[in-house]
Amino acid sequence: MTKEMTYEALMARRGEIMKQAVGIDYSVFEYGKIAFDYERMMRETGYSLQEMQVIQGESGVGNTPLLELKNLTALARKIAPEGKGARIFVKDEASNPSGSFKARRAANAVYHAKKLGYKGVIAATSGNYGAAVASQAAMHGLKCIIIQECYDSTHKGQPEIIEKARKCEAYGAEVVQLTVGPELFYTFLKTLEETGYFNASLYTPFGIAGVETLGYELAMQFRERVGKDPDVVVCTNAGGGNLTGTARGLIKAGANEVKIVGASVNLKGLHMASDVDFNKKSFTTGHTGFGIPFSTWPDRSDVPRSAARPLRYIDRYVLVNQGEVFYMTEALAQLEGLERGPAGNTSLAAAFYIAQEMEQDQIIVVQETEYTGAGKHIQPQLSFAKENGIELKFGNPEDEIQGENIILPSHPSLLRARDIDVNKLKASYIKNCVNQNQLEELSEEDLAFLMKDCNAPKDFVLNVLEELKVRIS
Amino acid sequence: MQIEKGSWVRIHDIVLSPQDRSPNLPEDTKKVPLEMWVKGFLLEDGNIGERVEIETITGRRVAGTLLEANPHYDHDFGKFVPEILEIGLQLKKVLWAGENHD
Repeated sequence: MTKEMTYEALMARRGEIMKQAVGIDYSVFEYGKIAFDYERMMRETGYSLQEMQVIQGESGVGNTPLLELKNLTALARKIAPEGKGARIFVKDEASNPSGSFKARRAANAVYHAKKLGYKGVIAATSGNYGAAVASQAAMHGLKCIIIQECYDSTHKGQPEIIEKARKCEAYGAEVVQLTVGPELFYTFLKTLEETGYFNASLYTPFGIAGVETLGYELAMQFRERVGKDPDVVVCTNAGGGNLTGTARGLIKAGANEVKIVGASVNLKGLHMASDVDFNKKSFTTGHTGFGIPFSTWPDRSDVPRSAARPLRYIDRYVLVNQGEVFYMTEALAQLEGLERGPAGNTSLAAAFYIAQEMEQDQIIVVQETEYTGAGKHIQPQLSFAKENGIELKFGNPEDEIQGENIILPSHPSLLRARDIDVNKLKASYIKNCVNQNQLEELSEEDLAFLMKDCNAPKDFVLNVLEELKVRIS
Repeated sequence: MQIEKGSWVRIHDIVLSPQDRSPNLPEDTKKVPLEMWVKGFLLEDGNIGERVEIETITGRRVAGTLLEANPHYDHDFGKFVPEILEIGLQLKKVLWAGENHD
């Protein structure tokens, strides 16, 4: 029997294809109208921290260097109010086999796929995760297909994404490149169905748990080196897995006092599914186009229940502008001798500003770096922006209009990290839960779940539900 | 131009025509098809622009329009962006001005 391959027909088979391709029956963990047992899912389908350390250790992942950025700290102190300016550190995740922290996620996912007997793995990603999965698949002898959103309708590709395709191919993976559109998911499902490969989704419990080792290492490295936990950890936030995994690892290390800050590049006004806007973006990841929708509705991902749930852990969420991130990328090279990819430096730009609010004996950590190279570097990305009609100039980053210009700060004191109201995100999450599931009433256990899932007190959740006219029965 | 069977090639195909695309798209994306590019070994001799079949590196068979043989990466470090030079010079001035770094 030939299966019908229209968009609607394939999407209707989504649940069945996913179950085959992830090997998890998510319904086991679900209860009430919307609730599911997140911790039980993480425990029963993930791996223990010790198991992950072994899995990652055997594939050369993790134990990356922790570097103190002494010149950037000195620079922050020059422009900070008297006596302010925390010590800035960076976890050099570019040292992982595939050049980013994503190796931690991929190591677990590919190990799991191999253990369950899958012949290959598939991931839908235009980011560093593709290279990470391809690299791990090479080590484990599995086949690998990476599906990317890469070109606009004039066939012009983002240099950063084309470089990532090259890297995937270097590890022996097949790369399927697509034009802009959410139907990437259609091609993804079709390829999963055709091959029977494992869905090495970014959002499975094993993928997210893979990042826990990063948070755990951070706590251990700081205790060894300076005798205490860091005060603030800044995570570049897109799909939420980086922040979730790191925070969980810190908690597992008993570092409960650490403040978790999420940072995204502000791409306000640029539509993620727009063909025209696609090449006006100078960042393809770590930006608000992922950060906001994924924190306020995590289950929009490619698995039924995303294990990345950043609202559970986030203490503060800040935005930085494109020009500021490019500027800090150059600062990292020129003042610290570290040439790293721009996207990973989103949290560095935020940390440089937040450090100026903190005391000098405090510590702020940027928890990742990523590799750099042709296409994926400040030079080609700015050159590409200019070719696409984006104006590049020095000035006040506050005046940046995304899609029209990129403003490099005319002085380092002009860099800012702009706060987003986390409570608004939490309210928006609750609203999405209600609307997506078309709910009119909820049980007490659903209420308890909502409180946990967005880390909010009871009256906050009740207030939002009341506004949405949802009853508690 | 004819390409020999067994050559490493790049093909192009339309995955979804505009009318078959997802209903929830911005206007600009709605007007254009969802397109795809894949590389693989050409299964039969073929001409550029013709519909052919390839076997990808993972062994999948995919059909599409033949674009080129031995596709190469043409991404690079882009055209020189002089503004970048100013960043390092300025930062060093702010950090070390008046100190003995010249």
